Amino acid sequence: MEGEMMTGNLAAAWGARLADVDYIPAFPITPQTEIVEALAKWCESGAMAARFVTMDSEHSMMTAAGAAAATGARVFTATSSQGLLYALEVLYSVSGWRAPLVLVNVSRALAAPITLEPDHNDVLAARDSGFLQIHAETCQEVLDSILMAYRIAEDERVMLPVIVNLDGFYLSFTREPVIMPDLQMVKAFLPPFRPAHLGFKASAPHALGVAVLSGTPYSYFRHQMHLAAMNALEVHREAAAAFEQLVGRRYDVVEGYRLDDADDVLVMTNAFASKGKAAVDVARAEGKRVGLLRLRVIRPWPADAIRHALQGRRAVAVLDQNLSPGQGGILFQEIAACLYHEALRPRALCSFIGGLGGKNLSEGELRTVFEQTAEAGVQGKGIGPVLLYTEAEHREMVQLQDLATEHRA
Amino acid sequence: MWQRETFKKIKQIPREEHVLPGTALCAGCGGLEALRLAAKVLGDEVVYVNAAGCFTMLAAYPFTPFKGSWLYTTMGSAPAGAQGVRDALDVLIAKGRLPERENLKVVVLGGDGSTYDMALSSTSGAITRKLDFYYFCYDNEAYGNTGMQLSPATPYGARTTTSPCSLQHPSGATREKKDIFEIWRAHKPPYIATVAPRYPLDLEEKFARAATFTGPKLFLALSACPTGWLYDPGETPEVAKLAVETGLWPLKEAINGAVTHTYIPKPKPVEEYLKLQGRFRHLFEPVVQTEAIAHIQERVNAYWEQVEKTEKAV
Repeated sequence: MEGEMMTGNLAAAWGARLADVDYIPAFPITPQTEIVEALAKWCESGAMAARFVTMDSEHSMMTAAGAAAATGARVFTATSSQGLLYALEVLYSVSGWRAPLVLVNVSRALAAPITLEPDHNDVLAARDSGFLQIHAETCQEVLDSILMAYRIAEDERVMLPVIVNLDGFYLSFTREPVIMPDLQMVKAFLPPFRPAHLGFKASAPHALGVAVLSGTPYSYFRHQMHLAAMNALEVHREAAAAFEQLVGRRYDVVEGYRLDDADDVLVMTNAFASKGKAAVDVARAEGKRVGLLRLRVIRPWPADAIRHALQGRRAVAVLDQNLSPGQGGILFQEIAACLYHEALRPRALCSFIGGLGGKNLSEGELRTVFEQTAEAGVQGKGIGPVLLYTEAEHREMVQLQDLATEHRA
Repeated sequence: MWQRETFKKIKQIPREEHVLPGTALCAGCGGLEALRLAAKVLGDEVVYVNAAGCFTMLAAYPFTPFKGSWLYTTMGSAPAGAQGVRDALDVLIAKGRLPERENLKVVVLGGDGSTYDMALSSTSGAITRKLDFYYFCYDNEAYGNTGMQLSPATPYGARTTTSPCSLQHPSGATREKKDIFEIWRAHKPPYIATVAPRYPLDLEEKFARAATFTGPKLFLALSACPTGWLYDPGETPEVAKLAVETGLWPLKEAINGAVTHTYIPKPKPVEEYLKLQGRFRHLFEPVVQTEAIAHIQERVNAYWEQVEKTEKAV
C-alpha cells in the first residue's frame, strides 16, 4: 500500500505544515485537538517556522487568526462544533476583512443534547459567513484540500478565508494511507503569501473593518464578497488542474461516482459518502442503475456542475447529515433551488436525513434510500424529509427511555 | 512622593495632533480628549484595534481621524485582535518579510462595556500571555453608544436607561462600580494607570512611563460624557476635574503590581461632582436622598483611608 497511515487530524496538521504557515492561534476541542497538538509539537521542535499561541476561546482564536492574516501572515487554525459556533461572529468579520486564512473544522454535532460525534449542522451554520467551504471524504483529501484552499483563498480574485471540513471520529480518528506530496511540488503549487492589499505597516497606514453609515457602501462591500466567492469556482478549476499536474491527484468541485448511465442519483458529502459509494456498488451488482454525486465545494455553490450531473435523471435523493428543525435537510433546499430552471430536471427529488450525531448509516438504510428514490422517480413525486432510523435503533431508544423513567414505576 | 519625570510643564506636551478633528463623536467627549492626549505620546506608528463602542464611530468609511492604522474587531475580542496583529508583525519582521522600520505599536480601544465584561476573557488571556500592547479603556460608566444603559462600570446612584430611579430603587443604579483596575492588577502586568483628560501632564507622563515597559500596558481613562451624564459639553473639563478632586476617580498607577497614587486630592464633597450631572439629579430633587449621597461619600472616604494606610506604610 502506498502512503503513510495517518488519521484525518494528522493529515490536516500535515496540510498546515506543508503550506508553511506563519501563525497558528489554537484552542482545544474534541475531536479537533489532535491537530493543534501535532502543530504545537512541530512548532516547538523547529520542524515548522510558525508561531503557535493557545488562545482563551475560539472567539479570541478566530479574531487573532483573522487579525494576523490581515497583517500579512499565512494563518492556519482549527476547531469543531461548539467552537465554530462560539467563533461564528468573528467568521463574518474575518471574511469581511478579506483575510485569506484556512480554518479546518472537524465536524461534530451541536448541543443540546451534547455529543461528540459528527454531523454537519456545525459547518453549515457557517454557510453564509463568507468563508468558502471544502468538505473532504478521505484523509488524503483533507491534506490536499488544505493546500488547494490556501491557493484559492490567497488568489487576488478571491481573497476570502476557507473552511476545510472533515468528519469527527469517522475521519479525524481513522487512519488511512496518505501520500505526502513532495515539498518542492507543494512550493511550485503554492507560492509564498505576499498579499498586495493587506498588511499593517508604518509606511502605509490603513483602516480595516471600519463602520459604514448606510446600506450603500454596505451592499457594495458585501456584494464584492459574493463576486469574489463566485470567482473561486474558476480559481478552483485552475488550482485543481495545477494540483493534478504537479501532484497527480484531481479534485473537482463535485465528484461523480458511477454516474454515467445512472437513473437515480444519491447526493452526499464528507466521509459518509464512502458508505454511499459502497451502497452504490451493492445496488449496481444487483443491476440497479444508480450513482452518487458527492458535493465537495459547498461555498461557492457549484450550481452548474450540480445541474450538469443531475440533469435528465429519473430521481435524485439528497442525504443530508444535518437537520434544520422546521425545514428539513439544508443541502436538499439548495439542490432543489438550483434544479428549478433545469429543463431536464429529475422527475422526483427526495430528501433523507441520516447520520445525525454520528449515527451509523447501515447498508439496509441506504438500500431503502435507493428503493424509495426509484419508486418516487416512477411516481414522479418526491418524498421527504425522511429520517433514516432503523427498527433496532428505535428499540434501543425505547429501552433508554425506559431506563430514564424507571424510577417512576 | 510620585514625581513626573518627562512632562513637568504644559509646554512640554507636543503640539502635533495625531487624532484629527471632525469625527462623529459627541461634542465634549472626555474619552476622545484623553485619546487625543495619549496619541501625542503614542504617535502615528500605531494600529488601533477597536472593540464595538462609541469609538467605533471614529473610523467611518471613507474617513479616519488617525494617521495610523485601524482594525475594528468585535465587542468581545479586541485584545485577541491585538494578539494576532502583534504576533504577525513579529513573525513577519523575524522572517525578514517586513523591515523593522515598519513596526507598529498595537493599541486596543475599548469602552467600559467591552472592557469590564464582554472582553474580559480576551483581555485576561492577552495579559497572561504577556502580549506587548496598550489597552486604552474609555470609561464613561455605561453602554454609551446604545444610549446609556447600565454597565458594570456604572457607579452606585447613577441613573441610566436600564437603571431608572423608581420607588423600589430611588437611587438608580444599586450596585457598586466593578473594580477593573484590581482585576487587571491581579494579572500582574508591568504597567496599569488610571488617567483623566483634565490632568494632561499626569496622563502624558503615564504614557511616557508605559513606553519603557514591554508587555501589557493598561489604561483606564475617565470619559466624562455630556450626552450620557447629562451636562453641557463645555463642562467636560470641570466634570473631569471634580471626579478627581472629590476623590471618586483616583489617579494612580501600578508597576508590576505595586500601586502608587499619582495625585492626592484635598477631597471636596462628592455633591460638588454629582450635582453637575443629570444622571445624579434624582439624588437632589424632588427630595435630597441623604442616605444615598452619604453612601457615596463614605465609600470614597473609606477608599482614601485605605490608600493613606497602605501607601504611607511603604
